[in-house]
Amino acid sequence: MISISGLLGQAFAILLALMLAPLLSGWVGQCRAWLQSRTAPPLLLPYYMLQKLFHKDVVLAHGASSLFRVAPFVVFGCMVLACAIIPSLSTDLPLAPAADALALVGVFGLARIFISLAAMDVGTSFGSLGGRREMLIGFLAEPALLMVIFTLAMTVQSTSVATIVETLAHRELVIYPSLAFAGIAFTFVSLAENARVPVDNPATHLELTMIHEAMILEYSGRYLALLEWAASLKLYAYSCLGLALFFPWGIAAGESFLALLAAIPVLLFKLAIGGFLLAVIETINAKMRIFRAPEFLGTAFMLAVLGLLVRLLLEAKV
Amino acid sequence: MTSFLSIDILLTAACAWGGIGLLGLLAPRNTRFISKTLFPLGAMVGMLVGLVALDSLGGPAQTAVLAIGLPDLPFHLRLDNLSAVFALLLGFVSVGISIFAAGYFRKGEGTAPGVLCLEYHVFLASMLVVLLADDAYAFMVAWETMALSSFFLVTTDHRHDEIRRAGFLYLLIAHVGAISILLSFGVMTGGAGDYSFSGMRAQELSPFWASVAYLLALAGFGAKAGLVPLHVWLPEAHPAAPSPVSAMMSGVMLKTAIYGLLRVSFDLVHSTLWWWGVVALAVGLITALFGVLYSTVQSDMKRLLAYSSIENIGLIAVGFGLTLIFHAYRMEALAALAMTAVLYHCLAHSAFKSLLFLCTGSVLHATKERSLGKLGGLIHRMPWVAWLALAGVIASAGLPPLSGFVSEWLLLQSFLFSPGLPHPWLNMVVPVAAALVVLVAALAGFAMVKFYAIIFLGQMREAGLKDAHDAGIWEKAGLVWLALITLLLGILPSAVISRIDAATRQLLGTGLADKLKEQGWWMLAPISPERASYEPMIFLVTIAATLLLGRWLVRSLYHGRVRRTRAWDCGYYFQGPRAQDTAEGFSQPIRRIFEPMFRMQRHFPTARDTKPHYSVKVEDHFWYWLYLPVAKLAGRISTFIVALQGGRIAVYLMYSFITLLVLLLVARP
Repeated sequence: MISISGLLGQAFAILLALMLAPLLSGWVGQCRAWLQSRTAPPLLLPYYMLQKLFHKDVVLAHGASSLFRVAPFVVFGCMVLACAIIPSLSTDLPLAPAADALALVGVFGLARIFISLAAMDVGTSFGSLGGRREMLIGFLAEPALLMVIFTLAMTVQSTSVATIVETLAHRELVIYPSLAFAGIAFTFVSLAENARVPVDNPATHLELTMIHEAMILEYSGRYLALLEWAASLKLYAYSCLGLALFFPWGIAAGESFLALLAAIPVLLFKLAIGGFLLAVIETINAKMRIFRAPEFLGTAFMLAVLGLLVRLLLEAKV
Repeated sequence: MTSFLSIDILLTAACAWGGIGLLGLLAPRNTRFISKTLFPLGAMVGMLVGLVALDSLGGPAQTAVLAIGLPDLPFHLRLDNLSAVFALLLGFVSVGISIFAAGYFRKGEGTAPGVLCLEYHVFLASMLVVLLADDAYAFMVAWETMALSSFFLVTTDHRHDEIRRAGFLYLLIAHVGAISILLSFGVMTGGAGDYSFSGMRAQELSPFWASVAYLLALAGFGAKAGLVPLHVWLPEAHPAAPSPVSAMMSGVMLKTAIYGLLRVSFDLVHSTLWWWGVVALAVGLITALFGVLYSTVQSDMKRLLAYSSIENIGLIAVGFGLTLIFHAYRMEALAALAMTAVLYHCLAHSAFKSLLFLCTGSVLHATKERSLGKLGGLIHRMPWVAWLALAGVIASAGLPPLSGFVSEWLLLQSFLFSPGLPHPWLNMVVPVAAALVVLVAALAGFAMVKFYAIIFLGQMREAGLKDAHDAGIWEKAGLVWLALITLLLGILPSAVISRIDAATRQLLGTGLADKLKEQGWWMLAPISPERASYEPMIFLVTIAATLLLGRWLVRSLYHGRVRRTRAWDCGYYFQGPRAQDTAEGFSQPIRRIFEPMFRMQRHFPTARDTKPHYSVKVEDHFWYWLYLPVAKLAGRISTFIVALQGGRIAVYLMYSFITLLVLLLVARP
């Protein structure tokens, strides 16, 4: 049932996501700089960046159509919805029934289609290159992601993200081998989906290697700000999803506001650790050639299928 | 209304369609009369069919016996819930296509508009009779009428060689399929000689004969639907036919084959075996994967859509197989879930694929060009068509909040229950098949981005595209209607399912409607809200609200200034339209990753070529694996037969004499 506290919690979760997402990106950037013994940019750099971009004029290419101007908002909306239904602080989310884990994959898919179409709209070679590669990564990552979700859904008998997290959080600590496989596969998929090393490099503008950056090359001003914000929201959503699914402790289940407040430091702590680990992964790996990505994501898929089979073979009675 | 049964109205509608067609013959060259009067009339009849079918859903079955037919076998007709669901689809989708056709057909070479109008409306009427037929004879007559009328429609531009060839290929495979269906009906009568469907229902076939009947039906209806390996006619016939005809064939006619499959497997044959479902599931998966991979590498927009139809039929077959498996193990609630996915995908696909085919028709009219490599940037000239096509593209890619996602979601939900199957290895293998379904859906997204981006986005690849014009008012109206259906199917799944649930209930004895009624109309939770739920309305509202709120906030807190300038050219001034991806370039990753799936002939330029030239030709493996060997075999057999026919009367007389002798020996009373 929808309660006032549920609605408040929901609004709070969305606001927190909007506020925290750039911070997470900044934190990962800072950790990367430390690990690579560079002087780190300020932690709040992404906020300055957004502020700057929002102030700037939009410079549109002559060939940009209306779709090009709508796409950043759609992508941003998709990411906000994703953040709203992923339990970061509490599992009591009134919006959660709107989309279960399968529909969540659909939300990301919708955002991907729009950003790829927008990338091809102006008609430059980089745009279409980026759009094509993004769709390539997308169709490789989606089956693996789905197998992860299947493994979890069969463990819990539900595809609702909130129910999965609630059930996993409230049982005694048992290590499931299937969940371990699923967790590794999920990490692989998240790296690919968030355009991180080793699949893509968020810091690159080298023509032949970029994927995400190639797609947003023609964007400027507020549109670019929205897309950058959406990208950090996506990273935040994936991080929260991974943390909630595989480390579900500390997420409030009840309706009390205190539990919600208590969940904030836990979330911050988990995100900080997660962000640091992401920076470590990005530092010790090199970006791979684009046609190595099928192998990388194929491995993720195989691991996820293995997780599913382990689940079906060994843990069916559990 | 009590004196008129729904079935009578539907019959009248079929006759009306036939009558409209005949009216077209009165003035076969009067394009204005035919397109602006007869096609809209046909659309009104379609609307009537849709509404009557919608109204009759959930009611008892109605039967009628016509006075025509064989002396001792009059036409039996029956309208039950399964027929009604498909009649609904036929009616409502044909409204959009007929309205579009009113603006589409113009004076030109090829078939006269009046004849075209006759063929088109006979095609519609025969599909309706196929859905209503209640005996094998009526069914086959209607089925053949459907095949023939659509053959003539495909060969509208019969002056072109390749179009005639495509037509003959279609006719050939349609007849191979028809023979198979006829044999299947023959098996199902069980030797009792009663060709009515009620007679077949009464038969208790042994598992062997039931399996034979099922496999024959799968092959026969599969040929019409385009299941691998009988799919080859689709990518030939669809580009050849005029766009409204492609839309009608892909959107509606393929679904009559699905109707036939459901009718035979769940209604006429009783003893379902689990491996039937496995066969359908495997064929469906292969078809879906094959279709989507080939659709990503096409350069002709209608061929791309034709392969995408093959993919969707594959997905429907996957759902059908899953339904059969659950049904064989008497897990009727889960079978109902899978069957709902099948029916929903039939509805969804017929709307969005018709929409996309009609959009290609508008593009074709505006540009005279079917090849993706010569299009581009049309969103600037044809904003209506472009934005309506976007709805079809999103639905076809299986993305929320439009119709394609609902059926895909239902299908995946039913896959999630497959580990509960009481079978030692099926419960392991079937869940993994779900991953292939997702791969297919994701690849469909790739194909659709290619389709949309290359036609409508980017810079215009040819100078002539500057003169392209948006669709006319009739065409727009037809497209809007179909886009509206796609949207409604997307955001109101609960309401739709509680209507079509009657068909599921009739075939399986149980349905989803009771579960759905427990929740609000906005929520789709086929099992329970804790288990899984999807609320497309909330979904849409949230994204739309963020969009509007975000726009308003950004504009009020900052500004809405926009400057226009040249696209960033990376320091290289000569960034023309040729720097964009071509259709071939866009699908290069697919060709590379899935190389063994294609039969490719490629020519790469070398560094020293003075005139560098790149070409790639992708062909279907099945031509070389199946069709050409069969053709060769047929050739050999006929040379052998030619040897028998020496042309001398004495030899022929001897053949007759020997035949007579053999008959006298064998056929003694």
